[in-house]
Amino acid sequence: MKMLEAKDIKKSFGDNEVLKNISFEVNKGDVLAIIGPSGSGKSTLLRSITQLETIDSGEINICGDNLVKTDSFGNAVYAGKKERAAIARHLGLVFQNFNLFPHFSVMRNITEAQRKVLGRSKDSSEEIARKLLKKMGLENKENAYPCELSGGQQQRVSIARALALSPEILLFDEPTSALDPELTVEILKVIRELAAEKMTMIVVTHEMLFAESVADRVIFMDGGYIIENGTPEEVFRKSNNERTKAFLGKLTGERSGR
Amino acid sequence: MTIQNIISQLGEGMLKTTILFACTLVIALPLGLVVAFGRMSKLSLFSKNFKPIRLLTQIYISVMRGTPLMLQIMVVYFGPYYLFGVKINSSYQIYAAIIAFSINYAAYFAEIYRGGIESMPTGQYEAAKILGFTKTQTFFRIIFPQVIKRILPSVTNEVITLVKDTSLAFVIAYAEMFTIAKRIAAKETSMIPFVAAGIFYYVFNLIVALVMNKLEKNMSYYK
Ligand SMILES: Nc1ncnc2c1ncn2[C@@H]1O[C@H](COP(=O)(O)OP(=O)(O)OP(=O)(O)O)[C@@H](O)[C@H]1O
Ligand SMILES: [Mg+2]
Repeated sequence: MKMLEAKDIKKSFGDNEVLKNISFEVNKGDVLAIIGPSGSGKSTLLRSITQLETIDSGEINICGDNLVKTDSFGNAVYAGKKERAAIARHLGLVFQNFNLFPHFSVMRNITEAQRKVLGRSKDSSEEIARKLLKKMGLENKENAYPCELSGGQQQRVSIARALALSPEILLFDEPTSALDPELTVEILKVIRELAAEKMTMIVVTHEMLFAESVADRVIFMDGGYIIENGTPEEVFRKSNNERTKAFLGKLTGERSGR
Repeated sequence: MTIQNIISQLGEGMLKTTILFACTLVIALPLGLVVAFGRMSKLSLFSKNFKPIRLLTQIYISVMRGTPLMLQIMVVYFGPYYLFGVKINSSYQIYAAIIAFSINYAAYFAEIYRGGIESMPTGQYEAAKILGFTKTQTFFRIIFPQVIKRILPSVTNEVITLVKDTSLAFVIAYAEMFTIAKRIAAKETSMIPFVAAGIFYYVFNLIVALVMNKLEKNMSYYK
């Protein structure tokens, strides 16, 4: 089943065309890894899907609902406000720098939206939060404040915060880039577990080994284009594309150089 | 004049100063937030660059900050008579003082609020949006509580200035602490009323500082 469908997405910032003809699909239960050099448009793509940016033209369907399509003049036409809000409810996004609410305890970070957006009761939202915290290995941290946690712990809280709203698709924008290597491992483990539970996920990452081992599909972006879209095997091992090979080669070079 | 008489008169002055101070804060703090919203308004008319609400609040703020508060108090007090021939009696003094102080301090508070709001990282707004909070929820639950913490030191400065500024109400013969102290001092040719007034303002500000300090401590549970 198709959870996400993007067709011919185009997006510019002023004269800078950041997304050029982006088309891809994500099936239910799949993990899609998006890789590519800095500035290739990965974040912009995630932000367009999650409505933090609007696209100039193209079509996006999420869980069968149309978010945006293009009229005969080539302009993007978005769904109404209510529909957009409903579509946004299908998605969760985990940020590179967590963006937890510093004035809320860990518990309240996870319960606030459940209560004020979904209208869940205090008790049931706390019960859900406790289950998620346990899953994240943070059961004793519910009364802590974000500033008292390590980066890895903060990121796990932010994953719990997103999961608490039961999204259909969870998107990650470089969830480990702000973390030390040993903390990176914690987060990758959590994503691996979610993948094992068949959570549909889109993960922008620079962790190639992780992408190769966890993803069902890998997209390589460069200069606003999708250069590769295939299985990890196809992208990492069998690609004949010069740009892909150059990008991956540079990375392995860096890695062995360390 | 007996000592008791002096004390009771000074006491009345203290009360009036305190009333002016408290009413100004109660009005100017929320009003400043409204003005800050106007100052950041994105509403445009006719062309993209013409933002009427923003322009109006900008002019208001710059006039309030660019002219003496004493002059503003006089304009508010005498304005109704000079402009419209409305007879003013002395009971209008307190209202005039409160109005003038409130609109003046609202302008200063507005700039403090704006600075605080604009200093908030966009990530907080984005996280709130992704989680489905409405704009109002985002502002009052996520943004504003953090803004308060950030602006508390500047607000403290402003409040301490306000305590001292209340003495400017003397220009419309509002019998606050300073006016009374001056009157008694002249009558009795004595320094004591001035000393008493000085101690009063000092202790008042000490209390303000203590209260604000406590508030800052209360909010120091997070960074
Ligand atoms: N809000 C914005 N306004 C103007 N230009 C932007 C904006 N956001 C991104 N860009 C530009 O769009 C291009 C793509 O940026 P994007 O953040 O999507 O890249 P990325 O692939 O996520 O890179 P990185 O790996 O560094 O995160 C860059 O040239 C960037 O400068
Ligand atoms: Mg990015």
